[in-house]
Amino acid sequence: MNLHEYQAKKLLASYGIPVPDGRVAASADEAVEAAAALGGQVWVVKAQVHAGGRGKAGGVKVARDAQQVRAAASAMLGQRLVTKQTAADGLPIERVYVETGSDIARELYLSLTLNRERGRIAVVASAAGGMDIEQVAQHNPEQILSVTVHPASGLEPFQCRQLGFGLGLAPKQIEQFQLILMGLYRLYLERDASLIEINPLIITKGGALLALDAKIDIEANALFRQKEMAALRDPGQEDPMELRASEHDLNYVSLDGNIACMVNGAGLAMATMDLIKLHGGQPANFLDVGGGATSDRVTAAFQLILSNPQVRAILVNIFGGIVRCDLIADGIINAVQNVGVSVPVVVRLEGTNAREARERLAASGLAIIAALDLTDAAKKVIAAAKATKRQAA
Amino acid sequence: MSILVNQRTKVICQGFTGKQGTFHSQQCIDYGTRLVGGVTPGRGGERHLELPVFDTVLDAVRATGAVASMIYVPAPYAADAILEAADAGIELVVCITEGVPVNDMVRVKATLAGSATRLIGPNCPGIITPGECKIGIMPGFIHRKGCVGIVSRSGTLTYETVFQTSNNGLGQSTCVGIGGDPVRGMNFIDVIELFERDPQTEGIIMVGEIGGSDEEAAAEHIRRYVSKPVVAYIAGVTAPAGKRMGHAGAVIAGGKGTAADKYRALEAARVRTVKSPAELGSAMAELLGKRRAAALKHAASQASKAARASAAVLPRPRAPKRSAPKPARAASRKPVRAASRQRLRKPARKRARARR
Repeated sequence: MNLHEYQAKKLLASYGIPVPDGRVAASADEAVEAAAALGGQVWVVKAQVHAGGRGKAGGVKVARDAQQVRAAASAMLGQRLVTKQTAADGLPIERVYVETGSDIARELYLSLTLNRERGRIAVVASAAGGMDIEQVAQHNPEQILSVTVHPASGLEPFQCRQLGFGLGLAPKQIEQFQLILMGLYRLYLERDASLIEINPLIITKGGALLALDAKIDIEANALFRQKEMAALRDPGQEDPMELRASEHDLNYVSLDGNIACMVNGAGLAMATMDLIKLHGGQPANFLDVGGGATSDRVTAAFQLILSNPQVRAILVNIFGGIVRCDLIADGIINAVQNVGVSVPVVVRLEGTNAREARERLAASGLAIIAALDLTDAAKKVIAAAKATKRQAA
Repeated sequence: MSILVNQRTKVICQGFTGKQGTFHSQQCIDYGTRLVGGVTPGRGGERHLELPVFDTVLDAVRATGAVASMIYVPAPYAADAILEAADAGIELVVCITEGVPVNDMVRVKATLAGSATRLIGPNCPGIITPGECKIGIMPGFIHRKGCVGIVSRSGTLTYETVFQTSNNGLGQSTCVGIGGDPVRGMNFIDVIELFERDPQTEGIIMVGEIGGSDEEAAAEHIRRYVSKPVVAYIAGVTAPAGKRMGHAGAVIAGGKGTAADKYRALEAARVRTVKSPAELGSAMAELLGKRRAAALKHAASQASKAARASAAVLPRPRAPKRSAPKPARAASRKPVRAASRQRLRKPARKRARARR
């Protein structure tokens, strides 16, 4: 779960990490008031969306008077910001963050995230701050410094010094750097973060360290014990289809093809998408109906799939383990009858009670195309999608 | 033989009296797993599914001598359950629970690092040695005793692989679902190492997916140490970067962990990769078929060599011609497979050492 920058900075401040003064605003008037309350001569108006790359996309503007603050805020609010990290239609800007301007001497990069290979939290730092860190990692890997933390001992002071001196900080700054890192590590654990990224962490002309931007992800699996974090969720920034899916306990990811998939199990769902692509089709989505797929869930899944106007055919691929295929077949029949499925449905059912399931589908009298195996299913659904497309055209 | 579990493995269930625990424990008992009891704190002394319930894993181990545990405890308490099992001396902990927070698993992994306990999971279907022991949620009936070792990060994709290898008659030695989470217990390498040493396992199928670099690490391990044929499939070629595809571990971050990277690494290790999951079973059948044919040919040529040799040293030319080849053939027929496999394995090992 992503936090907005303004939420992340508030959290950082509560862990003793220095951030610029700032206020969030939902209208141009509020933005002007925020600037007045902050004081000073330079402000930065920043669009609050769950994506990076805002600066280049026009989502970060420097203002030198109230007029400019108002202009920047009204240009952003109510618009959708498209950055290289968002989908083509961007994300809605419902709030801006007005911050006092900072004088920057140096820009550093700092993040905490899981190192999967080690199974430990890693602290990553780089002197090449303010840039796309993936680019730095690819082209100048020597500029990336990293330490991993043993969970029993926690982040050690020597590790902070290692990173700090590696970044070329002055001895006085090392002390502040260590306080920042210790605070971040504590935050990471106490709030069940999966990523904290500060890019850039700046050194001001006065020599102080300051977190100029902040991205924090909270691990979804830990939200049951992070009520305060869960309350910060902004559904407006989420894909509406994925949001709807999560309400039905379905795992859904939108893609841009025209063949919808409904599969049980994440691995098989990915494999089904791959298979469609391998045989020349384009998957419209990833959809895992889960191990405990019920008739209701199958119906919800059909509704979800069909709300995507791109869909020309549907492939249902279920390997019934604990789930019984005959129950899934009932779900499919129900859904097709009740939801009114207007595109061809190819069904491949295997595993527990698969034969009964096939008999039920055949006896239903519905135009469901039965597939023998994985490859057959992929070929049939691609052919069906092509036929529908021709009809539509 | 098989790996990790067999018909003698005594198993307990943690979260025994819960809905999931009850259902799957019954399934395991029906399959033939030697389930000897379960743990639900506060319900010690009761009986459930005609088996004793204990308050703690330690009690259960002391009373039953269990060496394996299957965990269905809800996610908030799963890490604690794993550590409790390890502390009680359980050798193999299989955590089925989905949604365990990563930070909990970081703690668990560090704690288990120095212990003798092996962990499978969390968020996995479990482990099964067909016809002997099933610890987990996989449908038992699709399995068939045989010669293929399967290791996979995904549940239903494992079933798919099992189904194919059962249908083409190869069957499975043991199947291990290592789970889809980014921080987990046993990894590809740990399982592949065991398969390599297991005489029943003739070939290994590995099913990976996008995210992380465990498949790349496994490829390097295979290149160096594995002589048995390996077939691999990686799910998620079509997955967009940065999106989490159901499994918490299945996300491509910063261009790392793509299916293409993994395929490249595996192919460099001379692993037979398939781009379609439907071809896993047939690819393995083909590799094993070739291998067996080569072994048979080798054995046959050995046999005829032996026959010629014994014919040459026969003291009396009067001896009936037929009797000469017979003993050699009869002697060589039975151990053909095992012996020639040994022979095949050796040069591969030498190769591996040379490369190192």
